[in-house]
Amino acid sequence: MEKTTLFDKIWDAHVVKSVPAGPDVFFIDKHFIHEVTSPVAFLNLEKRGIGVKNPSRTVATPDHNVPTIDQDKTIKDKLSRMQVERLRENCAKYGIELHDLGSAHHGIVHVIGPELGITQPGMTIVCGDSHTSTHGAFGAIAFGIGTSEVEMVLATQCIMQSKAKKMRITIDGVAGPGVTSKDLILYVIAQISAAGATGYFVEYAGSAIQSLSMEARMTVCNMSIEMGARGGLIAPDETTFEYLKGKQYSPKGEEWDKAVAHWKTLKTDEGAVFDKEYHFDAADIEPMITYGTNPGMGIKVKGNIPTTEGMEGSNKSSYLKSLAYMGFEPGEAIKGKKVDFVFVGSCTNGRIEDIRSVASYVKGHKKADNITAWIVPGSREVEKMAHEEGLVKILEEAGFELRQPGCSACLAMNDDKIPSGKYAVSTSNRNFEGRQGPGARTMLASPLTVAAVAIAGEICDPREVFQN
Amino acid sequence: MAYDKFTVLTSTAVPLPTDNVDTDQIIPARFLKATEREGFGDNLFRDWRYDVEGNPKKDFVLNDPTYSGKILVSGRNFGSGSSREHAVWALYDYGFRCVVSSFFADIFKNNCLNIGVLPVTVSPAFADKLLDTITANPAATITVDIPSQKITLDSTGESESFDINQYKKDNMQNGFDDIDYLLNMSEEIDAFAASK
Repeated sequence: MEKTTLFDKIWDAHVVKSVPAGPDVFFIDKHFIHEVTSPVAFLNLEKRGIGVKNPSRTVATPDHNVPTIDQDKTIKDKLSRMQVERLRENCAKYGIELHDLGSAHHGIVHVIGPELGITQPGMTIVCGDSHTSTHGAFGAIAFGIGTSEVEMVLATQCIMQSKAKKMRITIDGVAGPGVTSKDLILYVIAQISAAGATGYFVEYAGSAIQSLSMEARMTVCNMSIEMGARGGLIAPDETTFEYLKGKQYSPKGEEWDKAVAHWKTLKTDEGAVFDKEYHFDAADIEPMITYGTNPGMGIKVKGNIPTTEGMEGSNKSSYLKSLAYMGFEPGEAIKGKKVDFVFVGSCTNGRIEDIRSVASYVKGHKKADNITAWIVPGSREVEKMAHEEGLVKILEEAGFELRQPGCSACLAMNDDKIPSGKYAVSTSNRNFEGRQGPGARTMLASPLTVAAVAIAGEICDPREVFQN
Repeated sequence: MAYDKFTVLTSTAVPLPTDNVDTDQIIPARFLKATEREGFGDNLFRDWRYDVEGNPKKDFVLNDPTYSGKILVSGRNFGSGSSREHAVWALYDYGFRCVVSSFFADIFKNNCLNIGVLPVTVSPAFADKLLDTITANPAATITVDIPSQKITLDSTGESESFDINQYKKDNMQNGFDDIDYLLNMSEEIDAFAASK
């Protein structure tokens, strides 16, 4: 029998038809929508005079533009309010499940999907958001789509997609203390570049990946898109099943046993061939931080910003443009750079484990005076747990401001903006120019590093800040 | 929705010799708040085009009257990052029908083809050649020919062929989009869903 990869197994089981000299007609099991990339899709359905084919396969939540304070009140920003209201109207009209602002399971779409057990192994999952790759942590094929494709899924439950090439990234070994899954993925992206996996779907494997919790796996898969990959996935195992067991939408009773039996078959056959393979040793990985304006521009916190040696043409000019935006010089150390804001949150690192990590680090300490510290839980559920576990108290005592769930300062569509020229160390996923507000300068790092920076007031190595 | 047919386009072009142009630059998130597909061109490359007060930045190419055209020639890895189709809507609305680069991000490329903007991938050397020529000679035209899958620098006759699959090629030439195709195979999709 032909040896196939996990990606092949799931992909091939969802091809309705292969168009000759064209893409596959690809069936979608689960579709998440939010307020920003769905309204035009619904509008076009109306123009065409067609409806939603299978509303039970779509789940909605407003997350991108929502305020993170006073969520019980009317949204002040008119355009944001209109988008959220349009989402409500569309969900009501077509019978789509909506986790609205203020409801028990409101939150960032990539946080609530797994939390509710909607995301399951073997599924195909899409959303008009590139970080849909997060759901790949469960052994699902999950990727971001454009609004035309949102319309296709609503109308037909299918999209037209060419099958990506296959890449495997294996990380074996044991990471040292203070090294988190965020550091693993920032390291990988720095190694293979922000475009290094374009055209590929990535499977993450190896002992360092297998030993990660579901939350940590989601962080890794979330950032697959930051090296250009359509998505990333990890074979489901006991950690996955344990996480899903008892979740609201997880199968129950006999159905659960049947599902787990099937999920256990979802793995790459020994000897299956990938188009490209990378191997890394977790022991080589240290706490990471980005210094430039794409996520591939990352170095260890203790490292120096690369010089322009060996660069030429648009490569060099783009590099210098990026450093000029950041206000950094080639060759200088990143450690000790002054920081103005820290942001803990987003679909990358806004889960309970991330908040626990920050709280355990800052407990008994105070943030530096020059730092404004925002912490934005990924969902209401995360917020609730953070309260119940006493984490909110610890964080507030340390000077962090806890806000309500949403995408928040990750993309600054709401009022949570970093002012022009200011430096933010952020647990989010993108350090693009202006991503966190016009002129804002973003450095990406793990929740642990962000916690350390908040206390020190400058870029520092989390392994050196506290000895506790 | 259906778009204007695209077969052969001859136009002057706008040079943007920057690598890793992400979709947050093409259209910043704060301009994604519309509920209709109108007017995104005004905010194309917003923060490169205007300062915080809204004054045009003189050194940005879209503010330089020397350069215009329906073709944008850019550096490597164009369209990375967010899946926002608004980025392509902004390019289309501004007047671009074709983007040329030596490397495109996946989702962006799909989004382009879905709304009738042609992404043309050329070799790095040809991309540099195009950038140098149109920068030095703003009147130089480029011809993009879908039927023969060829991009030509008209002043010198230098050309390269580019990839596009037959399905998308037919769509572009007829102004069809994927949804028309999918709606026509509704029964097959139903049968597939029932068998799962």
